[in-house]
Amino acid sequence: MSNSSLIARLPLIAGLLVLVLLPSFAGTFAVTLMNYIGIYALVALGLVLLTGIGGLTSFGQASFVGVGAYSTAWLTTAYGLSPWAGLVLALVLTGVAALVIGTVTLRLGGHFLPLSTIAWGISIYFLFGNMDSLGRFGGLSGVPPITLGPISFATNGAMYVLIWITVCISALLCWNLLRSREGRAIRSLRGGRIMSESFGINTFRIRLYTFVIAALLAGLSGWLYAHMSRFVSPAPFDVRASIDYLFMAISGGSGYLAGAIVGSAFTSVAKNFLQDVLPSITSNAGPFETVIFSVIFILLLQYARTGIVASVQRWLPRRALPMPAEAEEMPRRVMPEPGSLMLEVDKVVKRFGGLVAVNEVDFTVRTGEIVALIGPNGAGKSTMFNLISGVLGPTEGRVRFLGQDITSYGPRRIASLGLSRTFQHVKLRPTMSLIDNVMLGAYRRTSSGFLAGALRLNQAEERRARHEAMRQLRRCGLGDNPHELAGNLALGQQRILEIARALAADPALLLLDEPAAGLRRLEKKALADLLRSLRGEGVTILLVEHDMEFVMDLVDRIVVMEFGSKLTEGLPADVRADKRVQDAYLGGTA
Amino acid sequence: MTALLEVNDLHVGYGKVEAVRGVSMSIQPGQIVTVIGPNGAGKTTMLSALMGLLPSRGTIRYEGQDLQRLDVEERVQRKLCLVPEKRELFGEMSVADNLLLGAYSRRYKSSDFQERLAAVYEQFPRLAERRRQQANTLSGGERQMLALGRALMSQPRLLLLDEPSLGLAPLIVREIFQIIASLRKAGVSILLVEQNARAALETADYGYVLETGEIAHHGPAQELLQDPRLMTAYLGGAA
Amino acid sequence: MTAEIALILGVDGIATGAIYVLVALGIVLIFSVTRVVFVPFGDLAAFTALTLAALQSGQLPGTVWLVAVVAGLTLLAEAARLVRSGRARKIPSFAAVYFVLPMIPVLLCIALAQTDMPMAIEVILAVLLVLPLGPLLNRLAFRPIADAPVLVLLIVAVALHFALAGLGLIFFGPEGFRTEPLSDAIYEIGGTVVSAQAMLVVLASVVFMGLLYLFFEFTHTGKALRATAVNRVGARLMGIRPTVTGDVAFLLASLLAGVAGVLIGPITSIYYDSGFLFGLKAFVGAIIGGLVSYPITALGALFVGLLESYASFWNSAFKEVVIFSFLIPVLLWRSISAASHEEEEEEE
Repeated sequence: MSNSSLIARLPLIAGLLVLVLLPSFAGTFAVTLMNYIGIYALVALGLVLLTGIGGLTSFGQASFVGVGAYSTAWLTTAYGLSPWAGLVLALVLTGVAALVIGTVTLRLGGHFLPLSTIAWGISIYFLFGNMDSLGRFGGLSGVPPITLGPISFATNGAMYVLIWITVCISALLCWNLLRSREGRAIRSLRGGRIMSESFGINTFRIRLYTFVIAALLAGLSGWLYAHMSRFVSPAPFDVRASIDYLFMAISGGSGYLAGAIVGSAFTSVAKNFLQDVLPSITSNAGPFETVIFSVIFILLLQYARTGIVASVQRWLPRRALPMPAEAEEMPRRVMPEPGSLMLEVDKVVKRFGGLVAVNEVDFTVRTGEIVALIGPNGAGKSTMFNLISGVLGPTEGRVRFLGQDITSYGPRRIASLGLSRTFQHVKLRPTMSLIDNVMLGAYRRTSSGFLAGALRLNQAEERRARHEAMRQLRRCGLGDNPHELAGNLALGQQRILEIARALAADPALLLLDEPAAGLRRLEKKALADLLRSLRGEGVTILLVEHDMEFVMDLVDRIVVMEFGSKLTEGLPADVRADKRVQDAYLGGTA
Repeated sequence: MTALLEVNDLHVGYGKVEAVRGVSMSIQPGQIVTVIGPNGAGKTTMLSALMGLLPSRGTIRYEGQDLQRLDVEERVQRKLCLVPEKRELFGEMSVADNLLLGAYSRRYKSSDFQERLAAVYEQFPRLAERRRQQANTLSGGERQMLALGRALMSQPRLLLLDEPSLGLAPLIVREIFQIIASLRKAGVSILLVEQNARAALETADYGYVLETGEIAHHGPAQELLQDPRLMTAYLGGAA
Repeated sequence: MTAEIALILGVDGIATGAIYVLVALGIVLIFSVTRVVFVPFGDLAAFTALTLAALQSGQLPGTVWLVAVVAGLTLLAEAARLVRSGRARKIPSFAAVYFVLPMIPVLLCIALAQTDMPMAIEVILAVLLVLPLGPLLNRLAFRPIADAPVLVLLIVAVALHFALAGLGLIFFGPEGFRTEPLSDAIYEIGGTVVSAQAMLVVLASVVFMGLLYLFFEFTHTGKALRATAVNRVGARLMGIRPTVTGDVAFLLASLLAGVAGVLIGPITSIYYDSGFLFGLKAFVGAIIGGLVSYPITALGALFVGLLESYASFWNSAFKEVVIFSFLIPVLLWRSISAASHEEEEEEE
């Protein structure tokens, strides 16, 4: 291990050491506090995945904790069943509840989920408080301790072990998950639906699963809570508690798993401090505590949204990651016969209100060709791209790809047929590394799921995907520093990275939207060489480009658009000589 | 004569990438000045910075006053007006309401407002016909007219036009450029960003060619129009 | 349930629903102009009711201190911001509008609280006192992060609710209050008794909806608010300041909250934290309208009132659960209808 990676790992090693040694020197109070911190950290861990990484949020996490706690308390007290049966019920109920809430809200705008979770939180609170079998507002007492064979987790010290083992395992699973195929999909969510769906990611499913995972972690926390405190009542599960959890996740650093633990520790210690200090200042300590916490939270969101871990991280060296190892090649698609019909655009019309953006455009692309779509700004080229890739649906006309009518298909389905694209306005995840960005492109060629990712059963596939991503980075000239963050590249390089990502999907047809924009002369030449070699491999390319010099020497055919209609199409030399094309570019009409 | 707008060493960046690097230019009162150049040269970025929509470094003096200290709304108050590339109309509001809001910064008396409105309707009879229609039901050409008309409601002193010909048919482009030329007679100065280089230079007094964020050439519009380098910049190689 | 009871419950439901309509409209108004999902809306309504209750019992309402504290903090925060951006010269004009103006009803209240006033004056004073809270909270909590994602604004809004609830407890105490009814009269209409109070509620709600419509349709400021909601960049280019239209939206919403508070005060006991549930039920109405459409929102809120009335007859302990569970089919319907035209939304 190199020096810098040792320093980078220092906080983790120190943290684990403290965890192991703490019970031997700390008093009961500290152990109890640590137990609460661990229980909170589990919930916050889910929120880090959901809010910090996935860009969604929930004000109902405390209710999931409550469902977990009440499930096990009810089973163990009313039926005398084992706490382990309680754990199963706790996880099933929280999972199902999250599934239902997620299914009805996650297709809607981002604020519908949190609003619904507020309603869910209140409903659950009143449900707990009014059900006779749950002891109404008095709650359920006499919850038995957890036992495992001869071991009983009745004391705080024993619970400490159980809680922190659970926290460490959960954190490890989340860590693995984030470094897997589905984890990358979660991390891509903030880049927007269009981007993720263009690699074949079902964003709805990913969000739903992320929400369920967060709920399950909360349910697990509730189970531990019930058996630690041996008593449950509705009070700790109201919406205010949910806000506290959110505060923990965000104050710790909502983009980092460690932030969950740091944030819960910070919040718990601060609350303890306030509860010690406030009563000596005012007789109204309770509401003052609420006010102070809420105000700190608002200030945090206003001025330090990245949290504690992020500000510490800045001072630590980045861990030097090794270059990806060689691995078996991934299987490649069999390209269609050269010269066969690949893409057929048939009298396509797109209207936005009264504006006709694309008007009865026809053209075809054959296998093994490079075709350029050119025309002045606003001619409708990018709209055409969006119509082909399924981001927009045409008002009239049909689009056929590889013999299938894809007119009504969404981007995910079209991507899975073998179409990859880049975007005019670069859509990358700036906080993910180059190689992770490119591996997103290979999403559809891999298959391991959430569980496989969390348990690292995906390693063979991961190695192949990483190798493939590395291969694409190298051929695009970005192979030197695969762990660099995408956001640190110059704009032109980011466009090239998008091409590498598109290639990782092993496409039959590649749509490139202004690939040469922002490149220097030599880089343009390298790009042209790359595209030629791709053609040699049988990849078909349709590109929008403004740099005529780049286009003229490279492409087989040119389609010219103007005012939403097709002006002409033909060989580069003919198109260049066409007076109408010159006028379209320089403007001959005024 | 002092310049209406004097830009000196303007830099505009997005994060680590600088899109405009050290641009200097000036506009005299009553002039039409055009900025042409390929896509991605930084034209729109430059206009956004002049309007205050993006932060920038360098000096921008307008009527002798330092604009860097003023925000967008204060620049609008000083009769600086941008018609952006995306038009930014109020899509779910009527044409008449769009025009009404165009006059928002001026606080006209009712009679002055009616006079102004009549003048705009006279210049764009199509808008008068469609005054009750929602803006997002208009065609591309009509949208551009509404964007121009809305800008004119505030009686701007300097009009910044971003690609007014974008996506419009030749007949409408011609109409738009005629209107631009007529505005000069009404005493409005114009900074015209265009990719339709020929039309822009034929209308303008002076031109700047922007390439990768820097001024590559500049000169009187008529001279630039004869410059063979321009053809090369647009069509690549010898055409 | 007999037809007679159903009718009585219906009248009750419409009266409560009419109040929810006011709150829901305010929520949609703020959201469309500022993108803030203003969760503490109900708190403002509850504070108005508590203020009125205090005035009616001849006490100085805690709102006085609340407004003074919030106005003072806003002045400090904004002054610091102005100094930092080199615009210190604007401090006096800001102070005049955002500190001196809100302090007028505060001082009036301090002077008049112990005297015997006609009810109309008490009502006006209570509404005036709460009125500045909306714009002040906007400046204090949301203005510094006006460009943040909706999600962050929402989290701030929820945190703000808890701050307000805490302050409410400090300034109003834990007891519940009910204000005197605006009118005691009772009429018999079509076989059922209808209180003048209920009729007044419906009337007030209709009047304010009408005023809102006129404001948006016929005034410059109203149109500027709509313009900001439709296209923020476009509005800025016309010289319309989103911060100012945001304040106006909050001011209007405060007014709606104040009126709602005055109307609900006599119907049910109001506690310092009653506003949360009250606001969230109106939210259900707003969500039915997709946080966009005013007419559907109004219908939705009315429906929530009716649902609540019947649900509380069936089982009052579970009425909240019933109302919020109703969200599930609503959201399901919304997401199915959203799926069919989402491609248009993605257009840049």
